[in-house]
Amino acid sequence: MEEPRNFSDIDGGHLALQRRCYSPSCREFCLSCPRLSLRSLTAATCSVWLAAYGLFALCQNSMVLSAAIFITLLGLLGYLHFVKIDQETLLIIGSLGIQMTSSYASGKESTTFIEMGKVKDVVINEAIYMQKVIYYLCILLKDPVEPQGVSQVVPVFQSAKPRLDCLIEVYRSCQEILAHQEVTSASS
Amino acid sequence: MVLKVFFPSCCSSADSGLLIGRWIPEQNSAIILAVVHFPFIPFQVKQYLSEVQKVSQIETVVLGTWCNNKQEKEESLGKFLDDLSTIFSHEPWLQISKEKGSKFWNCHTLSRQAGTPKEDQIILIYYDQRKTMLSRLHPPETSLDNQPGVITAPDASKLAAVFDTVARNEVLFLTDRYDEGPIKLSHWQSEGVEASIIVELAKQASVPVCMLLTCLLSLVSGLCRSRILKFWPLSFIWSKLSTCEQVGYRLEHLRFVFSNQKAENHTQFMRKANIFVSLLLDMALGIMLLSWLYRKNRIGQLAEALIPVADHVARELQDLLQWLMGVPAGLKMNRALDQVLGRFFLYHIHLWISYIHLLSPFIEMILWYVGLSACLGLTVVLSILSDIIALLTFHIYCFYVYGARLYCLKIYGLSSLWRLFRGKKWNVLRQRVDSCSYDLDQLFIGTLLFTILLFLLPTTALYYLVFTLLRLLVVFVQGLIHLLVDLIDSLPFYSIGLRLCRSYRLAAGVKFRVLEQEVGRPLRLLMQVIPEQITLAFNLWL
Repeated sequence: MEEPRNFSDIDGGHLALQRRCYSPSCREFCLSCPRLSLRSLTAATCSVWLAAYGLFALCQNSMVLSAAIFITLLGLLGYLHFVKIDQETLLIIGSLGIQMTSSYASGKESTTFIEMGKVKDVVINEAIYMQKVIYYLCILLKDPVEPQGVSQVVPVFQSAKPRLDCLIEVYRSCQEILAHQEVTSASS
Repeated sequence: MVLKVFFPSCCSSADSGLLIGRWIPEQNSAIILAVVHFPFIPFQVKQYLSEVQKVSQIETVVLGTWCNNKQEKEESLGKFLDDLSTIFSHEPWLQISKEKGSKFWNCHTLSRQAGTPKEDQIILIYYDQRKTMLSRLHPPETSLDNQPGVITAPDASKLAAVFDTVARNEVLFLTDRYDEGPIKLSHWQSEGVEASIIVELAKQASVPVCMLLTCLLSLVSGLCRSRILKFWPLSFIWSKLSTCEQVGYRLEHLRFVFSNQKAENHTQFMRKANIFVSLLLDMALGIMLLSWLYRKNRIGQLAEALIPVADHVARELQDLLQWLMGVPAGLKMNRALDQVLGRFFLYHIHLWISYIHLLSPFIEMILWYVGLSACLGLTVVLSILSDIIALLTFHIYCFYVYGARLYCLKIYGLSSLWRLFRGKKWNVLRQRVDSCSYDLDQLFIGTLLFTILLFLLPTTALYYLVFTLLRLLVVFVQGLIHLLVDLIDSLPFYSIGLRLCRSYRLAAGVKFRVLEQEVGRPLRLLMQVIPEQITLAFNLWL
C-alpha cells in the first residue's frame, strides 16, 4: 500500500492518485476526483428557488414551490447517480486484461474489461480541447482484420482528466507490465 | 509464464480429491469444473471422463489434486496425492491445498517435462459456476467470420472460452456426491440436482401441442390465402382494413413460435421467447377486456351511445359548413361558389346520417359479435376500433378527397394559364417549358380564365385547408391507436423480464475484483458477471 500522492487535473482541481501493487503482474491505480463543492450546490439550489419564488409571485400558485423542491431533489439525486464520478480506477492484470471502473457519488459502479489479447498498446495522446491542448492516456485496441492497424482508441480517466505528470507515472507502470507480459508470451 | 486457474467458488469447502476440468494450452489456463472425492477407482474415473467428453465435445481431463486440510496436516495424504500424478498424467499437474483457518491457498505445479523447471506465476480466479453456466457472454465481435458455428481458438476471446466450457458441460453437473455411483463429484449442484416437475411436464407436452397447433395454423392460413378472397373488391377491402393486417401478422407470429424446428442460435431463441410472451400478454389483456365489456350490458350502452355521437359529429360538421358559407374568419368568400360547395357538402352529410340511422337497429348485434373477437387479443380489438373510427368518419374522408381534387385541379389550371400569361407553354415531349406564340383570342380567353380562377382561389383553398385539418385529426387518432398496437406487438417483454428478474442470464461482460493478498502466495481474483444495461437489451432484441 502506498501513500496517496497529490496531483491536479486540467482545471486545477485537486486529485489524489493511489497506486497498489498486488503482484509483479497486477497493479491498480486509483484516482479520486474533487468532491462536490458546497458552494456550487448552494448556488444551484438558490437560483432554482429564486426562480420558483418569482413565478409564485406572478401566478400565486403554491404548486410552483412544491414543484421546485421536487425538481431540486430529483435533479440532485440524478446528478449524484448519473453524472458525478467520485473515483476512477485502472486495474492491469498481465496476461488477463485491463479493467476500468468508475464509481459514482451515489455508489454506482460501471466497469469495462478489455482482454489482453485485444490490447495493442497504452499511450499518451495529445488532444485539442476547446482552447487548451491536453494530454490523455488511452488504450489502443488491435484490429482483427489488419495486424498493424488500430481498431479503437479507448481513453482512460475521462472524468478525472489528470495532467501530464500523473499520466507519466501511470504510463510507466503500465508499460512495465506490458513489456513483461510480451517477454513471457514471446518466450512461450 | 503465467498460469491462470479458474476455480469454482462453490468447491472452496469441498473435501479433498481430484480436480477435473479443461486445460487450454494456448492461453495457459486451467478451468476447473468439479472435484472428484475419495474413494475412487482410477479406471472408473477415466471411463466417466471419456463418457462426458463424448457428450460435451470438450476435453475433460484430470488436472490435479485438491487438498482441504480440515485437521492437522497429514503426511500420508500428501504422499498419496503425489503418487496420483503418476496415474493420471497431465502436464502441468496442479496441486492446490488449503489449510484450516487460513484464507490463503497454496498452489504449485509439477512439470515432468525435461527442460528448465520454471517457477510459474499462478493467478487464481474464483468464478460463480451457476451464473457463469446460465449466462451467455454476448460480445458482438465474435460473429466476425460469418461461418456459422466456427470460432477458431485463437480468434475467440479467452473469457468466452471459459463461459463456453462451463455451459457445455451440463452433463457433468448431473452427477453429484449424493449419487450412488462409483464417482462422487462436487460442483454447484452438490446440494442436489435442480429440477422442476412443471418444467419437465411442459417439455414433454410441448411437442404434440406444437404439432397440433402447426397443423391448425397451416389450415387457417391456407383458407385465408384461398382464391375466393382474392377477387378485386374484396382484396381492396382487405388491404384497407387494419384488422386483417394485424390478424395476418399475428398468424405469422404464431407459426413462427410453434414451428417444429428448434431455434438455431440465441438471437432466434430470444425472438421466439419475446413473441410468445407478447402473445400471452395480448390474450390476457384481451380476455380481461372481454370480461369487463360483457358485464352489466356495457355493449348495449356502447351501442346506444354510438348513434348520438355520430349525430353530434354530423351537427358539428353542418355548423362548420354554415360558418364557411358565411364570413369565415373575416375573409370575404365568393358567394356563388361558396353556396354551391357548401350545399353540396351539406347534402352529403344528410345522406350519411340517413345511412347511419338505417343501420341503428343492427348496431348492438354487430358490436356484440365483434366484441367477441377480443379473445384473440387486445391488438385485434384496437385494430377493430381503429377501423370503426375510419368507417364512422368516412364522410370526412370523402370531403377531404373532394376538396383536394378541386384544389389540385385549380392549381393545375392556374399554373398552365400563368404560363400562357407569360407566353410560354409546357412541352410534353421534352418535359420542359418552351416559349410559344399564341393567337389573340387564345390569349384573351386564357387571361380571362386565369383571372377567374385566381379570384376563386381563396374559397377553394379555405375549404381544402379546413377539410385537410379534419382529416389530419382523424389520422392522428388512428395513428395513436396503431402506435399502441405496435408497442404491444414489438416490445421485448421477455428480455425486460429477464433483465429485471434474472439479470445474470444476459451478461454484458465480466468484472474482476482483487481479493486479499499475501506475499509469496498466488494472486487471487474474483470474477463477477455484469448484467447488460436495459437500453442495450432493447437495442439487441428489437
